[in-house]
Amino acid sequence: MNRRDSLKALTIGTLSAEVLLKACKPKDENAAVVKKDGEADRPQNELDRNKALEEEKFFTDHEMATITVLADIIIPKDEKSGSASDAKVPEFIEFIVKDIPDHQLPMRGGLRWLDVQMLNRHEKPFTDCTAEQQIEIVNEIAYPGKAKPEVQQGVAFFNRMRSLTATGFFTSKMGMDDIGYVGNKPNQWNGVPDDVLKQYGLSYSERELAESVSF
Amino acid sequence: MGDIQIKKSSKTYDAVIVGSGAGGGMSAFVLANAGAKVLILEAGPFFDPIKHSQQLKFSYESPRRGAGSKLRAFGDFDAAYGGWELEGEPYTRKEDTKFDWFRARMLGGRTNHWGRISLRFGPKDFQPDDGYSERWPVTYDEIKPYYDKVDTLIGVYGTKEGLENDPDGIFLPPPKLRLGEMFIKKGAEKAGVKVIPGRGSVLTKALPNNKDRGACFFCGQCNRSCKVYADFSASSCLVIPALKSGNLEVISNAMVREVLTDDKGLAVGVSYVNKDDMQEYQVNAKTVILGASSCESARIMLNSKSKTHPNGLANSSGLVGKYLQDSTGASLSGMLPQLMDRKRYNEDGAGSIHLLGPWVLDNKKLDFPRGYHIEFGGGMGMPGYGFGGDVPRVNGLVPGPDGKMKEAGGFGASLKNDYRRFYGTNVGMSGRGVGLARIDNYCEIDPNVVDRFGIPVLRFHYKWNNDEINQAKHMQETFQSIMHAMGAIITSGERNASNDWGLEAPGKIIHEVGTARMGDDPKKSVLNKFCQAHDCKNLFVVDGSSQVQQSDKNATWTILAFSMRTAEYILEQRKKQNV
Repeated sequence: MNRRDSLKALTIGTLSAEVLLKACKPKDENAAVVKKDGEADRPQNELDRNKALEEEKFFTDHEMATITVLADIIIPKDEKSGSASDAKVPEFIEFIVKDIPDHQLPMRGGLRWLDVQMLNRHEKPFTDCTAEQQIEIVNEIAYPGKAKPEVQQGVAFFNRMRSLTATGFFTSKMGMDDIGYVGNKPNQWNGVPDDVLKQYGLSYSERELAESVSF
Repeated sequence: MGDIQIKKSSKTYDAVIVGSGAGGGMSAFVLANAGAKVLILEAGPFFDPIKHSQQLKFSYESPRRGAGSKLRAFGDFDAAYGGWELEGEPYTRKEDTKFDWFRARMLGGRTNHWGRISLRFGPKDFQPDDGYSERWPVTYDEIKPYYDKVDTLIGVYGTKEGLENDPDGIFLPPPKLRLGEMFIKKGAEKAGVKVIPGRGSVLTKALPNNKDRGACFFCGQCNRSCKVYADFSASSCLVIPALKSGNLEVISNAMVREVLTDDKGLAVGVSYVNKDDMQEYQVNAKTVILGASSCESARIMLNSKSKTHPNGLANSSGLVGKYLQDSTGASLSGMLPQLMDRKRYNEDGAGSIHLLGPWVLDNKKLDFPRGYHIEFGGGMGMPGYGFGGDVPRVNGLVPGPDGKMKEAGGFGASLKNDYRRFYGTNVGMSGRGVGLARIDNYCEIDPNVVDRFGIPVLRFHYKWNNDEINQAKHMQETFQSIMHAMGAIITSGERNASNDWGLEAPGKIIHEVGTARMGDDPKKSVLNKFCQAHDCKNLFVVDGSSQVQQSDKNATWTILAFSMRTAEYILEQRKKQNV
């Protein structure tokens, strides 16, 4: 059942949760494809604003290339899921800095700070440096507690870049599958599963079991 | 714009209601179903959760991944249009004081996105005996029948606890606790903090005798409003059902300018600007009911000046706008190391709270009056904007998978794995407490500023004092004792005297009430105990404005009960031909 179908089912009114659950049992894997429909549920001023932001371009191609390399250093491909750029994190970052302009100056300036560091050290901008050289500077700015005072501006930039990358990745379909979020669908909450209660040595009291909603 | 005209309607309604939230919606529901011809003027667009809710969308269906924006401050999926700032509709502040005003201009107003935490005020909230806070002109026993009717009409889950000042209601069964909440409960009990199952207006079971609303299917997204009407919004549960009576009309995008009065000072109608065609309109009514929100209703009254009401409508006391109160709020976040690498399953649950900390302490031993309740949360929610923001800080506080400590921060495969390990370990607690009613906390008309409709805007003057600051300190001590007792690591920044113990600025909790307080003495109050203006017998105010002194409970259930009572009073008075 995809979102449109489940919503159609939901709007029938007092449809019982059992019916919904049955309707949603068949594998849901395609429910999560990003679609452009459903926009009738948004006011026109929001749609106009989104469209205007999509049409703007903030980062230069060089800045986008740097963001892509950094994002993949922060969240690389591993045995469980793809990399940040596989999940289109750079595209998300391009959008969000236009949406939340407070990100713009720190991101632009931070990217430039990084390039100037690399030009001074290796006579090349960050993207043209070797992987070892890139990791070397990232190591210097990725651990706030032990970073040297002279790279503090780099630490602040990397903190922001890392947060945006984590948001971009784990809010994508790929990232949600990776983190194991399995909600956002009609269900009947019946409490913590028994095996989990057992794992933590917890149990519901008799009163809780008697008084709470159970299915 | 040379063609502006004032369009006067020839029709006279029994009642015109300004605003369609909890107060306006309930009055409309009662009056229209009793046969009165009612018009609602709503400043925003029509909103029906069936059509307009963002329920069941994933974060990636939003280009901003659910982040708040200028047009929807609480997030891209949140039901409330608007937020702290509305374009072209400013408000100002006086003498460097702080007040933030959240406005959701839409059918149902802010009830479309609220937390559905539905608490009755208790006997001591109406008749405080602390020698400090003021008494209402009513008792709990007078209001109890209306709370009962609201429970039955709308539905609320909870458990009978027999607490002195947190009266039990007519409850649906509450949802079971999530894993994090079970740890919180254990911790709270160990720390000596009273906790009980949550109380929320969510239909955990179908509501008896109501075929229009479905039961909750546990997506945990009440803030988006519910497509099966399983939670309380004034849109889905009051206004839209009342339209079926055939006695209610709704004009949306109608921004009210003022209440019109006759030579005797009685209300005769309302003037408004239609945001769609930007024309000026006037409608006639036998009764005018304000339910525009505490601050907006005060604004309308203060802007409704006439010969008989030179200080603004029904303001001979000078108290319209005074005694503005918002709840106090402070919070603390933490993580439970014992939940790292936890098993995944769907724990979205209900979108209101599962666990509540009611106020049961004795103030004689404390350095502040009144108290606060605690709302608890946390768990494996849908990742949205800001996800994992704490991970590169807290990954230095617990051993890695190899049992060794490491430096906080990082990148690459190890950090990616940390995001997984920490997912669902977070716990949060928020206190919501009494802000004392004070005459010097107020809103008034700014003499110099108008909005884009030419309507004079509000100017706020609001300060907390030690009562609220000491209360916030106590909240933090309580939160910390619970965190400590359950072995949590606190992830919030430092809360101390220099930041008023994390006390939020006035307005931030969005519980503003008190701007047209009720009372028996017309010199000391604006409304009588039926929310009827002392100075204008066919003017009623049914939002939070009438509240004399807020309590540690959220205002909505009380707004609903009083609005229902006022609407029934209006019907009685109509029969007697008094209004």
